[in-house]
Amino acid sequence: MTGTNEELLSDPLLKLSGMTRSFPGVLANDDVHLTLSPREIHALLGENGAGKSTLVKMIYGILKPDAGEITWKGQRVSINSPAYARRLGIAMVFQHFSLFDSLTVFENIVLGMDIGENSIDLRQEIAGISQRYGLPLDPDQHVYTLSVGERQRIEIIRCLLQNPGLLVMDEPTSVLTPQEVEKLFETLRQLAAEGMAILYISHKLDEIKALCSHATILRGGRVVDSVAVAHETPHTLAAKMMGEALAKEPELKTHTPGEVRLSLDHLNVASSSEFGIPLKNISLEVRAGEILGIAGVAGNGQDELRMAISGEITVNADQVRIDGKDCGQLKPNARRMLGLSSVPEERLGHGAVSSMSLSENSFLTAFLRLGLLSGGLINRGACDRFTGGVIERFRVKANGSQAPAESLSGGNLQKFIVGREIRQNPELLVVSQPTWGVDAGAARAIHDALRDLAAAGAAVLVISQDLDELMQISDRIAAICAGGVSATYPANRVTVEQIGLLMAGAQTLENAAEAGHAA
Amino acid sequence: MLLKLVRRPEASRSMVLLSPLIALGLTLLSGIVLFMFMGANPGQALYAFFIEPLTSLYGWGELGVKATPLALIAMALSIGFRAGVWNIGAEGQLTLGAICGAGIALWLHDIEGFWILPLMILFSILGGMAWAAIPAFLRTRFNANEILVSLMLTYVAILLLSYLVHGPWRDPDGFNFPESRVFNDSATVPIILDGTRLHFGWLLAMAAVAGAWILMARTLIGFQVKVIGEAPAAGRYAGFSINRIIWFALMLSGGAAGLAGLLEVAGPIGQLQPTISPGYGFTAIIVAFVGRLHPVGVLLASHLVALSYLGGESAQITLNLPLAVTGVFQGMLLFFLLASDVLIHYRIRPAASVAVREL
Repeated sequence: MTGTNEELLSDPLLKLSGMTRSFPGVLANDDVHLTLSPREIHALLGENGAGKSTLVKMIYGILKPDAGEITWKGQRVSINSPAYARRLGIAMVFQHFSLFDSLTVFENIVLGMDIGENSIDLRQEIAGISQRYGLPLDPDQHVYTLSVGERQRIEIIRCLLQNPGLLVMDEPTSVLTPQEVEKLFETLRQLAAEGMAILYISHKLDEIKALCSHATILRGGRVVDSVAVAHETPHTLAAKMMGEALAKEPELKTHTPGEVRLSLDHLNVASSSEFGIPLKNISLEVRAGEILGIAGVAGNGQDELRMAISGEITVNADQVRIDGKDCGQLKPNARRMLGLSSVPEERLGHGAVSSMSLSENSFLTAFLRLGLLSGGLINRGACDRFTGGVIERFRVKANGSQAPAESLSGGNLQKFIVGREIRQNPELLVVSQPTWGVDAGAARAIHDALRDLAAAGAAVLVISQDLDELMQISDRIAAICAGGVSATYPANRVTVEQIGLLMAGAQTLENAAEAGHAA
Repeated sequence: MLLKLVRRPEASRSMVLLSPLIALGLTLLSGIVLFMFMGANPGQALYAFFIEPLTSLYGWGELGVKATPLALIAMALSIGFRAGVWNIGAEGQLTLGAICGAGIALWLHDIEGFWILPLMILFSILGGMAWAAIPAFLRTRFNANEILVSLMLTYVAILLLSYLVHGPWRDPDGFNFPESRVFNDSATVPIILDGTRLHFGWLLAMAAVAGAWILMARTLIGFQVKVIGEAPAAGRYAGFSINRIIWFALMLSGGAAGLAGLLEVAGPIGQLQPTISPGYGFTAIIVAFVGRLHPVGVLLASHLVALSYLGGESAQITLNLPLAVTGVFQGMLLFFLLASDVLIHYRIRPAASVAVREL
């Protein structure tokens, strides 16, 4: 009000100061400050648990700060609901979309709008935005037929329809193929060039280097630094984010693959539910001493694949072989006795029972291999000792072996579950999303453990959405798309882009190259 | 103004254990109001309901007699409930067990022998299991809802009993009353406390509760029950068979209910009658929940609820209150328990005006 027009223009769009928010036992945000100007793509960088989500939720009105000041376009505001945030001009694309699978793209967008919107105008508006920003979408297609990248476009268009001044994106690339990531970045750059500010949350340093101009780095709920990205390297950013000198990258061991431990032979699984993914004709082999990585965007049959191998889904006997033995008909525990362990993608409710203690959760999968039943009774002492070993070896932060699984943070629970399976010395391990939502330190520990297991002669199959992770730890790599698995390639001879083509459905790289020439 | 329930981040553990006591307190308070409306002196009425039945040794014996079927059935139901198997038809399984055990007693009515009672017990358990096998089979084979099937079978069982006592099994010397012969001594459960009706079955029930405790705390099958009840996907991952647990839960509760039925007809009743249970099979559901689905809780809750049966009779005799007061008290106890459980896990908030994307 007091300044001149020019002063207002140079004012920051959003200014946060002293933002503090605590949860029982944790100070999630401690005196956090951040300044965002129009046209700026600003990275909010930090490990899991650093306080990024808490901060963003306060900006979007989902959480109330305990203390702190939010200034929007020069005015002090208190944002107490997402509706108010949207009215101010703050839009947010969440990591998890809120879309109805059975409705069309257009219907989903209309649902999020204020009632009374003229639907013909809206159609034109949607068409305009999708053309202008390179977000191709057919408004009449049903959402369940769309890829994750396309679904994300719906969310972005929804936000752009509000004509916001600030767009918040929460880890938007974790579910995209590299090609989709590149397209998303083009859209975001264009939006910024037209004057929008973008707050980009991520822990992927390469992306931040490629996209952002400034970065605010959070660690343990506090701002450790606020930097111009151009002056930083991924390595210096990582050092700031993790707070300690990074351990050196684990070197990829040249492997001498042994005999075939797991082989899938024309594996077919019918879909179990309407939105489930049927597995189509999957053939692959995993040898002793190697890690085979399966890349792929979520929801392409990863879970079904793991369950068919673990025995949670039974198939024809000769479609799954462990050490040459037909075992498609065997139940999970019979396969465990053949040396198989597996780690499901979902931690709570699948890999572990939330309300049960870690010790009981050890018993859950280890009771046969480790003989934790004595005289028909659960040998609690042995369960506790085993659990204690896992906690110590994998540095699980937990209040002892009697702590309930739900009391652990996601990353610690993941370390526990992976550790529980590895400490059973499996000869064959199938892991789904080993480091999903896990901070960098824990991810490193899990990667090392997987490499060590393979080096000790086990066959390891890693199913992951994180391509960087697969490139780093796998000896060979393949991709899963719509229930089919591509040919496999040595990880050191393919590029991220090539895997991206496989993730998008190419069966082999030769096919993909031909398709490329034809186009 | 609309209200909505918002899940609390963490339920207080002590409140979870205390909620049966809170429910009991609220039941007593409402009981006082109820008695006042009925024109009775609340102090007198509460005394008649809760204290007077326990002023004699005989009364304590009766407490055990009523608690026996409740504890037996609730012990088994609570294990099923923890696995997510909702057997609501224990009353029918109780009836079938009583019929099968009584069949042995009537068939061998002119023979004495120490082996007769064990044989009756065996058949009653098998009878209850057979009745529970129907919902188990339909659930595992056709995914039919076991709540409906087991509940409807209760009425079939009660009609079967009625047919038998009115027809083929009617006492030939019984002046046409719809009752069977009175069982002979070999076919009757022995009394364990002179001067009361407390019988050997109470010891069986206590042993069953102790067995259930060990089963749930220390054995593989108890562990499987807990895992499948809380996280079926984790159960499949661990390699546990859900169908096997459904069968186990229904066989256990069917067998326990059948045994409870036999202990009634071969115990306090001593013959088959058209009505052999004041709804023990249904009341045991309340007992199981008031007991927090835990064997020790079930032990305490079965005696508390048994007291409500005695209290109802005593209030009827001394204060002329209707016997239905028993049912009202049992109902209030369950109502307040469920209400406090909801409020322990959720808090009530005024609902903001509807916004689809508010999440």
